[in-house]
Amino acid sequence: MTEIFGVSTQALLGQLVLGLVNGSFYALLSLGLAVIFGMLNIINFAHGAFYMIGAVMTWMALNYFGISYWWSLALVPLVVGVVAVVIERALLQWLYKLDPLYGLLLTFGLALIFEGVFRNAYGVSGLPYSIPEQFSEPLNLGFMLLPKYRAWVILVSLVVCFATWFLIEKTRLGATLRAATENAKLTQAFGINVPLLVMLTYGFGIALAAFAGVLAAPTKQISPLMGSNLIIGVFAVVVIGGMGSILGAIVTGLALGVIEGLTRVFYPEASATVVFIIMALVLLVRPAGLFGKRES
Amino acid sequence: MTKRRLGYGLLIVLALVAPYAGLYPVLLMKILCFALFACAFNLLLGYTGLLSFGHAAFFGMAGYVAGHGIKVWGLPPEIGLLLAALAAAALGLVFGWLAIRRAGIYFAMITLALAQMMYFFFLQAPFTGGEDGLQDVPRGKLLGFINLADDLNLYYFVLAIFIFGFWAIYRTVHSPFGHVLKAIRENEARATSLGYDVDRYKLLAFVLSAGLSGLAGATKTLVFRFATLTDAHWHQSGEVVLMTLLGGMGTSLGPVVGAGIIVTLQNELADKVGSLVSVIIGACFVLCVLAFRRGVVGEAGALYRRITGERRS
Repeated sequence: MTEIFGVSTQALLGQLVLGLVNGSFYALLSLGLAVIFGMLNIINFAHGAFYMIGAVMTWMALNYFGISYWWSLALVPLVVGVVAVVIERALLQWLYKLDPLYGLLLTFGLALIFEGVFRNAYGVSGLPYSIPEQFSEPLNLGFMLLPKYRAWVILVSLVVCFATWFLIEKTRLGATLRAATENAKLTQAFGINVPLLVMLTYGFGIALAAFAGVLAAPTKQISPLMGSNLIIGVFAVVVIGGMGSILGAIVTGLALGVIEGLTRVFYPEASATVVFIIMALVLLVRPAGLFGKRES
Repeated sequence: MTKRRLGYGLLIVLALVAPYAGLYPVLLMKILCFALFACAFNLLLGYTGLLSFGHAAFFGMAGYVAGHGIKVWGLPPEIGLLLAALAAAALGLVFGWLAIRRAGIYFAMITLALAQMMYFFFLQAPFTGGEDGLQDVPRGKLLGFINLADDLNLYYFVLAIFIFGFWAIYRTVHSPFGHVLKAIRENEARATSLGYDVDRYKLLAFVLSAGLSGLAGATKTLVFRFATLTDAHWHQSGEVVLMTLLGGMGTSLGPVVGAGIIVTLQNELADKVGSLVSVIIGACFVLCVLAFRRGVVGEAGALYRRITGERRS
């Protein structure tokens, strides 16, 4: 077995893959946060809660209704997205004219409510969800054994991220969306239904989070607390990357996942904090974030 | 002004006799600790317009410093509290120095992330006792002769600390320095153009707020004789935001009222609804943000002004 800095390559590559998996979740979540922030001017604290709901609903779908992983992958984001649209209409739409801090506080409250409800129902110990059978065998690449499910998570996350990028940057709908982000009033004056766009954007951003939740269900402990533990790291990712650029959010998310994975190999004590340390360093060197524009 | 002084005097008298009116001193002390915490937080959110989502780091860290100092180093309680407050202020200097580089929503996210980093540090550091927390901190003797193991003695000590903290914040807010803070809250660009070094003012407010939050956290450790991770958790940061919001941010007494309501609520509900407490706290958040943004004291003040027809000064 070959070694690098006293660490076996198998362990190193294993953590690298795991880092990419976590990075995929970072990317999907920070992407959703950035899209929502652009349109609604709200930092969605409940984003982690929706990710958790995505995972728990996947578990519920299987155990209560016998709905398989593959159906959940399509249905759960749809259902959670609809719930998000209802929340946007019922609660968030009243906040757009206020300081964005109120949006943060309201969604924080929502996160507490969701977390509390699911904690009350399922406890905190974690629910088991087995990996779909297609992925049970690891893939032998010759130099390492690659768990197929991890490869699938990375692949499908990348596809979804880049599809989102394409949708926003290269299509007509995306152009309208960007116009509405830039100047909502003027866009509305051109006859575009901006409130509808805002509503759908929120639904879409949340559906991304729920999608990440479904992907996470077989690899992570499904627990009501899984969202809040992740979302704070995602906030750090957003601060590091800046919310100005979609590609920036994706790249930063993946990169930080990898860095976290490598830290777990070389200095495990810091693996929980390394993202925050990097955030502090980036603030010192480039306060606006790596891909951010200077705010006024 | 005399009316206001009379009001505060009356409140102090009420606080002095409260333990004899059948109120449980430990609950009162808990309320006072959180009230001081919320007042310190309000200095930042209510008067400077900075939303920190990481104040639990100061509250929790001071708890550990006080606990460790008193238990392991054998410091007298007053020195332990002072040391803890200074440590929290020092941490506030670092956090503030980093966080004021960004404004608004980013400021909140940065403070939250930094506090989470401290949380993981406390989880792993040897002196905190990890998941178990720092247990059996002795209350000791104040100035060497007042036995704080007696709840009533401790109550008056905690009340004195609270009044000192409240007074310090009140003085700060009503000083020329405080007026600059309010100017920054209202219009940062204008404050800059008037020649104020806005960043320095923000940082100083942050450090003050962190130090006083630390004093509150250290006092709580003295009251309950332990320091745990709960105090450094982001839930705690959220709770202090809620206390301030519910009571009325930017009012002197609002955070005290908010802390009183939330602590009493938790105390009443903890046995009855278990983990649904966080659902209720969350619902309070949603309601406050949607319909009650001025908070209890803010709404009461507005009502009072409408009845008396007095104009806002």
